[in-house]
Parts: sequence; structure tokens; C-alpha cells
Amino acid sequence: MSAIRDGARQVMAWLHGWTGLLLGWVLFVMCLAGTLSVFKPEIGCWMRPETVATADPADAIAAAGRWLAQNTRESTGWYLTAPDGRMNTVEAAYSDGGTFLYRALDPVTGAPAARETFGGEFFYRLHFELELPFPWGRLLASLAAAFMLVALVTGIIAHRRIFKDFFTFRTGKGQRSWLDGHNALGVLAMPFHLMITFTGLVTLASLSMPWGIAAAYGDDVLAMYHDLTPGIAERAATGTKVPLAPLAPMLREAQRRFGGAPVGRVYVINPGDSAAVVTAFRADSGQIGFTPAEISFDGTTGKVLAGWAENRPGVQTYNVVYGLHMGRFAPSLTRWLYFLGGAMLTLAIATGLVLWVVKRRERAPLSLGNRILERVNVGVLAGVPLGCVAFLLANRLLPLGTLDRLAVEVSIALWTAAAALATGVALPPKLAWPLLLGLVASGCALAPWFAPLGQGDKVILVGNLLLLGIAAGLAALVWRQTHPKAAPVRRRAARATA
Amino acid sequence: MAGVQSRHRGWGYRGNVALRVVTGIVGTYVVAALVAAALARTLPMARVEAVAAATLLAFLVAPAVPVWAFLARGPWRALAGVVAVSLLLAGIAWLGGRPA
Repeated sequence: MSAIRDGARQVMAWLHGWTGLLLGWVLFVMCLAGTLSVFKPEIGCWMRPETVATADPADAIAAAGRWLAQNTRESTGWYLTAPDGRMNTVEAAYSDGGTFLYRALDPVTGAPAARETFGGEFFYRLHFELELPFPWGRLLASLAAAFMLVALVTGIIAHRRIFKDFFTFRTGKGQRSWLDGHNALGVLAMPFHLMITFTGLVTLASLSMPWGIAAAYGDDVLAMYHDLTPGIAERAATGTKVPLAPLAPMLREAQRRFGGAPVGRVYVINPGDSAAVVTAFRADSGQIGFTPAEISFDGTTGKVLAGWAENRPGVQTYNVVYGLHMGRFAPSLTRWLYFLGGAMLTLAIATGLVLWVVKRRERAPLSLGNRILERVNVGVLAGVPLGCVAFLLANRLLPLGTLDRLAVEVSIALWTAAAALATGVALPPKLAWPLLLGLVASGCALAPWFAPLGQGDKVILVGNLLLLGIAAGLAALVWRQTHPKAAPVRRRAARATA
Repeated sequence: MAGVQSRHRGWGYRGNVALRVVTGIVGTYVVAALVAAALARTLPMARVEAVAAATLLAFLVAPAVPVWAFLARGPWRALAGVVAVSLLLAGIAWLGGRPA
């Protein structure tokens, strides 16, 4: 690294600071939500404790299809995700009389789960759509990911002592400690951070970087999608009503052609129309590559229309990069490593944002801009987790029959986060930090106790223990904030240099 | 760009940074888009294969642009470099033509 001039390193540090800061709050939301999304299926189980039935993936999809056929009108499509070892419900996104709905369906009856909730889907969508309308949320997420990638690359170039910082942590020393913490979090999981940021950018490539497609296909995007997934049969609705054939035999045939691997996603396009198409995708959990194989059936006769198993090197590489980000392949231990890596990246962003302020405060009194930044930092860094906890608490406390329960849960989460942000801006940071973090800790400590009795599932137990662990960790942090050590940090300001 | 310190905040410095920021942000996207377009047309593979590979490579190349934009000796040099690379890539894409 000594080949790089010191001036250059300083420039890179400057760029690292600004690229990290500008969309830092967006990145914090994305990373926190993404980290939680690693356990999307498990969070779904935690949030629907009444739904305990399990069924074979094909049987569950068939049950879902029967319920949807009776309970949707003029649907243009059902997009179903089969249960697997991690989640017992069928996830259904479908159109019904012009509106698009999401429900988790019971694997045996096919009816919506008693406790209507988005479950882990909320965090998953928040991760890359940021609760903004299409395509703006995804575009903002792409932009933030691009800034993140630049922040990572410049951070690495700016960094003098990658190896040494592995082992450096100076506690209780103001800026030094924040820097050490930020560096340790960044450096320890650096390969993960680079991988997850790069692969994340790629997942939204068709929206954010469509110029390869445009250069090779012009306006004919459908031709590109046909080439990409030849096993998806496309045909326009005829308007003639013909009932959908039973799904179970088609799914069994699909599983047979997948070499015994279970079905993952199942799309039913134009159900009830004479041109209905059923496309089954091989489960994502068996290999890193996403969309490894798919097969399409005529929805009225069950005859095979098209089938494909992916083995082209370019597309396969793309699918592997995509699959690395989704992490659906990950067995238990790898999944926890994804979670840990994501948590470290989230904390690296949080410490980086705090460091921006701490560093400037130790040199001179903060400018107005940085004083505002300091307060928004409190509001976002404590408020977003508080919103997430409010989501979990709302799930436990809202009565089961609440009208539009899914949306109410989300509203509670968003309004809580907004109120926390306002609090963070209104109160001095010295008060706002312990208050908001204390609330997050209390929420985490409370959430485990409201599960319906007798639903002692292992996933719920692990989730509750994790919540209690986070509560304990945050409580310790709040304790430290409210009981500062004797030597105040400010005295060192005179010594602090560039 | 020696004057990152807060003391050097004259208009010259601001213009310097502004030009590099614009070069860095716009240039990164333009170069990435052109890498994707040029390779999608010229890689010796089936059409969809070339598109997939080209898009991946575009994202890999992109971070080099902002690094260049801020490390080049002067802001105009930074801009000129990005423009030159863009023209080269656009030329390759144009010569490649849309595959059948």
C-alpha cells in the first residue's frame, strides 16, 4: 500500500466519508432490513404462531390453488412460494379484481393464516423498496448500493493497516474508539461487505443498468426474458373461461423432471382462462444459483409447454451472483454467518455516521449542519430499529380480526419510526440516545412474552432468545451512556489532530 | 488535490471538487452503461449470455471511475479521461452493431 501517495490516501478517506454520509441513513435502513431478511421465513413463523400445520410443498401449493380459485375474481396471476423446511405457509402474491394482495396461506386448508401479517416479507421489501412506490424505491436502493460500493473501495484504499486493525481496539477514547470500532467492523467482514454490496447491485440490474439489454435487444425486452428463462411459456389471455386443471399432478411431474428436487416458486398466470399457464420453479435452496430450472404447463390440460434447466455459463454466473445475495442456498451455519456479516455492516454504517460527528466535534464546535446531522443520526439509528420492534409488538398485540391487519402493522412500524425520528431531532442527543435506545431495548424485552400459550415452537424460542439478547446488549449500552466514565472526552480536543 | 483541508475553501477549490463530483457520479454511470452496451454487443457468446456477462462486468469496472475522478492530477484531466474512455466504449458499441 505504500505505493499510494499519502495525499491520495487522504483524498480517498475524504471520498469514503462523503459517499458513506450522503446516503448513509438509507444504507442503514437497507442493511438492517436486509440483515433481518436473512431470516425472512423464520420471522414469518415467529409472526404466525397459530399456523402450525405442515404439508409437502406440492400439496400445499395445490391447497393454495384451490382456495385462490374460489376466492379471487378476474385474477391475472398468482405468484406462490411453496413451504420448505424453514417456513410452513405458502406465500401468495396475487391479483384479485384489479388489486394486488399478499397473504400467507395455510399449507393444508389453503386459507389465509389466522394472524394476517406480512411477516418477514415486510423487512424483505423494505430492504430494496424502502416503502417507496415502484420504481423509485428500487432506484434509490440501487443508488445507495452504488455509493456503498464506492465507500467500500475508497475505504480500503484509504486504509493503511488492514491487518493491524484486526487487533486494535482502544476503548473509552472518544474518536479513537469509534474509529477502531468502525474499522474492526469494516475490516473483519470486508469480503462479505464487498460481496453483498456488489451482488446487491446486480439484483436490481435490469432496472438500474438496462443498457446491455438495450444494446443487444433494443426495445424487445420480452425476447430477452424469453432467452433468459426459456422454461416460462408466455401466452396472452383469450377471455374464454375454462377452469384450471388440478395443480398437484403438474407439480409432481415438475418435481420428477427436477430430479426429485422440490418445487419452490409456482406462478399461475391467467387462472381460469383458456390460455392459463402454470410455471413451476425448482426450489432455490438446493444450490447457490437462483432460478436453476423451470417448467411450464398448460393450465387447462396439464400438458407441458416448455421446460428448461440452466447450464449456460454466462446466465449461470449471473444466477450464482444473484443467489449469493439472496442467500436462499445457505444451510443453517452459513445463514447465521450472513446474519452476522449483515449485522456488522449495519453497525459499520452506524459507527461511521456517528464518527463523522464525533471527529468534527473533537476539533472544533459543531457547525449548524453537523448539529442537525448529529440529531438526525440519533433519530434514524435508534428510530429505525424502534420501528422494527414496533412491527413485532404490533403483530403480537393487534387483535386477530383487525380490519386490514397487514397494513395496520406496517403503519404502526412506520409511524413509530417517524415519531422516533422527530424525537431524535427535537431532544438533545444526550437525552435522545438513551431514551430511544432504552425504548428499543424495552420493546425487544417485551415482544417475547405475548406469544399464544402452547406454541413453543423452536423457531419462536430462538427468536425470543435473540430478542432478549439484543435487549440485554442495548440495556448495557444505555447504562454506559447514562453513567459516563470519570474522564470526559472533551479535554482531549486540544490534542486531536488531522 | 492537496487541499482537502478545510482551510482551502476558495472558489478554485470548490470548482475543482464540483467538477470531480459531477465527473465521478455521471461518469461512473455513463462508463458502466457503455461497458454493458459494448460488451453485450461484442462478447462472442449467445445474445442473452453476452448481456448477463456484460452487465456483471459493468458493475465490476464502475468503482474505478470515481477513484480516477478524484485521484487524477487535475479536474479537467479527470473529465477528459472519462470522456475518452466513454468515446472509446461508445465506438466499440456502435461498431459492434445490434446482434441478430
